Amino acid sequence: MTLFDLSLNEIHNRLHAKDLAVTDLVAQAFKTICEQDDKIQAYLTLNEEGATESAKALDEKLVSGEARGLLFGLPVGVKDNIVTEGLRTTCGSQFLKNYDPIYNATVADKLRQADAVTIGKLNMDEFAMGGSNENSSFAPVRNPWNLDYVPGGSSGGSAAAVAAGEAYFTLGSDTGGSIRQPASYCGVVGLKPTYGLVSRFGLVAFASSLDQIGPLTKNVEDSAYVLQAIAGYDAKDSTSAKVDIPDYVSALSGEIKGLKIAVPSEYIGEGVDAEVKQSIMDALAVLEGLGAEWEEVSLPHTEYAVATYYLLASSEASSNLARFDGVRYGVRAENPGNLLELYHQSRSEGFGDEVKRRIMLGTYALSSGYYDAYYLKAQKVRTLIKRDFDNVFEKYDVIIGPTAPTTAFKLGSQLDDPLTMYLNDILTIPVSLAGVPAISVPCGFASGLPVGMQIIGKAFDEQTVLRVAHAFEQNTNHQQRPQL
Amino acid sequence: MSININDVEHVAKLARLDLSEQEKEMFTAQLSAILKYAEKLKELDTEEVEPTTHVLHLSNVMREDEVHESLPIEKVLRNAPDDEDGQFKVPAVLE
Repeated sequence: MTLFDLSLNEIHNRLHAKDLAVTDLVAQAFKTICEQDDKIQAYLTLNEEGATESAKALDEKLVSGEARGLLFGLPVGVKDNIVTEGLRTTCGSQFLKNYDPIYNATVADKLRQADAVTIGKLNMDEFAMGGSNENSSFAPVRNPWNLDYVPGGSSGGSAAAVAAGEAYFTLGSDTGGSIRQPASYCGVVGLKPTYGLVSRFGLVAFASSLDQIGPLTKNVEDSAYVLQAIAGYDAKDSTSAKVDIPDYVSALSGEIKGLKIAVPSEYIGEGVDAEVKQSIMDALAVLEGLGAEWEEVSLPHTEYAVATYYLLASSEASSNLARFDGVRYGVRAENPGNLLELYHQSRSEGFGDEVKRRIMLGTYALSSGYYDAYYLKAQKVRTLIKRDFDNVFEKYDVIIGPTAPTTAFKLGSQLDDPLTMYLNDILTIPVSLAGVPAISVPCGFASGLPVGMQIIGKAFDEQTVLRVAHAFEQNTNHQQRPQL
Repeated sequence: MSININDVEHVAKLARLDLSEQEKEMFTAQLSAILKYAEKLKELDTEEVEPTTHVLHLSNVMREDEVHESLPIEKVLRNAPDDEDGQFKVPAVLE
């Protein structure tokens, strides 16, 4: 048994009993990374010196009897679009290959305040654009369950690192499913909180009205602990929500008797792999056995979500990425003839194909003559999609379905067909457009690869989402680890 | 709606991107396919529907107008590709 097989409470008990030191935890994390990350390529930057220093300081804190933070001593990997002062942050892009942030994201500060130890920065699709992690401009991440398969994107590094025991937990970001889909493909727990619950200050913006930071963990209890540590209003983020933060950990009561579950017919219909659907039906039977009731419902605008998302997210991306101009940070072209050439050449050299494609799609959708037909139309359809969720939540506590229509696919198999790649996110995107919370928990295997179940809740009702996920997890045995 | 190579060239110019001939061809085909797929939104009547720009009910978010120290210049310039005399250096704007 490795330290990564221990629960958070077991680790804290052993730390308290002096059977274990934070330096041991951190050393084991680096040993595991050293032994196997050349196969997985989950990390872009390691923080061995800084993490060891932090671990020593925490061990001293333990000896002195000072109060300990909620995530005391736990080695965490952070997705590389979350800025970390003094620790290179690349966003998976050549554009920022040497970027050294001058400040911390709010979540990075919160991790430090909770006494977690940042051990490194995790590989990702460039600027969080992608569903397979093959758009990282450094190296594709590989799925720990089968190295020929993708880990999902864009938080593929974050999901693979947890699955492979290369971090106790990680942070990712989710714009259209980028926490939940890789969590599903890698067999870990991934939570996208309600939009606005976790500060986005210091998250390199992709699509500002959709981006949300959240945890990837081994189990649901850890997810509740991490959310407890990172949630809360932040004056530095103008989209941060002023809401009371409840006790997420005590919400894990195991009690779901009388819970009303909606299962959208669109989430278990055409296009969903038969084995994936069977895993969800089996999971629903487990929840039914625990006293929950489920009924099939309709989210009628689901089929419009992918088109809506790609128009809106790309439009916001084209605006957000305008700041990358080669002047203040990042790549600068050599010997441009004038300032305009500097912009053009720097951006053309620094961005990869997927980023260029989305910038151009967004620029087109926002351009004169097309704004009403594409951007405004998509904003209106977003309203219809949000209404679908509001209607279902008038009668039901949660919505359940697969996280993704299939399990992970082979590396390279969809690279030349971006539209097919985009459709992998068809079950996560509607949730993002509505801004509500959702968690992906492992619920079985199909052809040897993990299947994820998505539990969707009302806005700011993470407690119910976590409670249902925990009850399911406690009554099943899908928390398995790949053999590497 | 399908777009042609001239449209791609125009959009690339607006987006401050230079594209090779191969990229222009590739993006023309891919963007056409994506926009054609997006046409399905036209099936919906949204005449009376308000757009959702944001899922939270926030408006006029302001911070306190407090005076505080700005970032030190060396930090601001730490990632600059080129700088001189405490300023970002760029090619001449005017000839």
